Amino acid sequence: MTAGDKILLAHGGGGRLTDELIHSVILPAFENQTLNKLTDSAEIRLGKDNICFTTDSYVVKPLFFNGGDIGKLAVCGTINDLAVAGAKPVALSLSLIIEEGLEISILKKILASAAQAAKEENISIVCGDTKVVEAGSADKIFINTSGVGLKLSKAEVGFEKIAAGDKIIVSGTIGDHGMTIMSQREGMKFESEMKSDCGSVAQICAKEIEVLDSDIKFMRDPTRGGLAATLSEISDQTDLGIEIQETQIPVNPTTQAAADMLGFDILNIANEGKVVIVVSGQKADECLEICKSCQNGKDAAIIGQIVKSSEPLVELITMIKGRRIVQMPYGRELPRIC
Amino acid sequence: MLERINRAYIQIARAQKSLGRKINIMEVCGTHTVNVFRAGLRDAFPEGMRLLSGPGCPVCITDQGYIDAVLSLADRDDCIIATYGDMIRVPGRNGSLEQRTNRGNIKIVLSAEDALKLAKQNPDKKIVFVAIGFETTAPATAVIANEAIEQGIKNLFIFSNHKLVIPAMKALLSEKNHKIDAFMCPGHVSVIIGSDAYKPIVEQFKRPCVVAGFEPMQIVEAISEICRQLADNTPAVDSVYPAAVTAAGNKTAQKIIEETFDAVDGCWRGLGNIDKSTLKLKGKFSELDAEKQLGVKFIHEEDLTGCQCGQVLCGLMDPPDCGLFAKSCTPDTPVGPCMVSSEGACAAWFKYTRRKRRNQ
Repeated sequence: MTAGDKILLAHGGGGRLTDELIHSVILPAFENQTLNKLTDSAEIRLGKDNICFTTDSYVVKPLFFNGGDIGKLAVCGTINDLAVAGAKPVALSLSLIIEEGLEISILKKILASAAQAAKEENISIVCGDTKVVEAGSADKIFINTSGVGLKLSKAEVGFEKIAAGDKIIVSGTIGDHGMTIMSQREGMKFESEMKSDCGSVAQICAKEIEVLDSDIKFMRDPTRGGLAATLSEISDQTDLGIEIQETQIPVNPTTQAAADMLGFDILNIANEGKVVIVVSGQKADECLEICKSCQNGKDAAIIGQIVKSSEPLVELITMIKGRRIVQMPYGRELPRIC
Repeated sequence: MLERINRAYIQIARAQKSLGRKINIMEVCGTHTVNVFRAGLRDAFPEGMRLLSGPGCPVCITDQGYIDAVLSLADRDDCIIATYGDMIRVPGRNGSLEQRTNRGNIKIVLSAEDALKLAKQNPDKKIVFVAIGFETTAPATAVIANEAIEQGIKNLFIFSNHKLVIPAMKALLSEKNHKIDAFMCPGHVSVIIGSDAYKPIVEQFKRPCVVAGFEPMQIVEAISEICRQLADNTPAVDSVYPAAVTAAGNKTAQKIIEETFDAVDGCWRGLGNIDKSTLKLKGKFSELDAEKQLGVKFIHEEDLTGCQCGQVLCGLMDPPDCGLFAKSCTPDTPVGPCMVSSEGACAAWFKYTRRKRRNQ
């Protein structure tokens, strides 16, 4: 470990420090084949069924933001982790760590929102836990959800399926969640115009697998670290290069303006209702149409492709036809000064 | 768009022919530095033109002594440090602000106004505003200084190390071995100071000064205009960002800067002491002046061992030529400020051009 052997906020940023913490501290503690794969969901064989199992903790400030809240986020985030693994979500747990002093009315609002999100996906929250800690020991409320899902029989997704010539699709505009949260937190003038994409991608994922089965090679929800982190990981894990076209990446202009104002690279900004799909070249157009036919995939676009390359890097072909590298983000994004 | 790029190519070739060598254009703004990389411009332009990243990143040009002084204030239990985000990871001789965040007294602010709010919310603490940046951020500091006096707020302290761009540009051109053929002038700063502010540089040093916006094509246009001037040997002040920048600038902002600060001699990382380049609060604001009220002093300190940020900021070295670059100095473990700031030249080189993979 570096940086003085203490946990920094950047260790939770989804970038390189997070990666390093997981590999040098967390994985060695539990060593097993299933965990070592570090997939969004673990796959476990139970009898003749393959079960997917995942967990995630949610800490977000503010608790309520334009487009969602911590309750909806906690349900959709875990559903998405199951969905991108090619599973049909079956049931969720929901655990609360509440700071002493939180108004019950706020808790009710959060739970109602979580319940609504679960209902929309036809999934039940079947178990949970409640802990209260003294004031100052937590920030209002933290939520953990775990989820189990049944692996779809047609699903054959994994890094090992990816090959040169495959296309990359993103299901809609990127960076909306991260920039909405940041601008709402900082009281920026854009805040009213931006909306988090907080939502489920389960419909998209299920439909893609149903229609295109093994032509869908890989899916991932680009949350922390944004599109950059997801693409870097694909390149790292496959030893293949990736080329993406800046002009093809869907971005909401207000989100872009907010990112520019703070000096952020939109590719590094978190999403909470998007999926990146790697699909075989010949089925890419069909895959795109399926995405667009879904409620949360209307702005989907083919943004690039997997390439054979002596240097397995993610390269962005820019608007002016220049090239630059896209990497796993470093540390925590810090707003710039002027 | 490609047509405009081709036109720029032609001007670059003309300028190169006219000078009989590679041409060096310095961008004096961290946002330009980053956007040049993000847009892939370095890759798109011919080798005969070099872009040098100048002293345009506020954190990067801040002297080591000031950073250590801020850290000493952060170690005090009676102080809350209100700082722009870029600053928190800059290493001092004894760690960084980021490594002190568990003390709970480091607050990231997006504007000076947030520091004033913090002062009101924490009446029993001394709020120290780390006032750095150029003419862009100085007016906001001036506003809170005036508001704090008007509202009788006694616990806000301003640790001013604001810098002025023009004296630094002159200092760079006064160095014997500088390589600068022209300046691409900063967009935001020019909104405040106005494009006429560059006239003395053109007159004294015969260097083109062209103000650019931040869109890739605005940068291309600026480069094209700079090269045309170099080729024709007609250095002048020009702006390809006319929508935002006027000849006279923002008079209101200039006035409040003048009324609030004195321009005094001050140290810059890499450039050393520059006459009348640093803004300190005027005497009438002395009750807000952190240096006067909190007993904090800072003197120029040399950069940390081996760090070449100073050379990079003067356009004398590209980051990859520094012995620490991508070895002991990375965005995760920065040695110098140019690797920390999102506007820093070293960070931009590392993030957007480094062709090695993370496991290597």
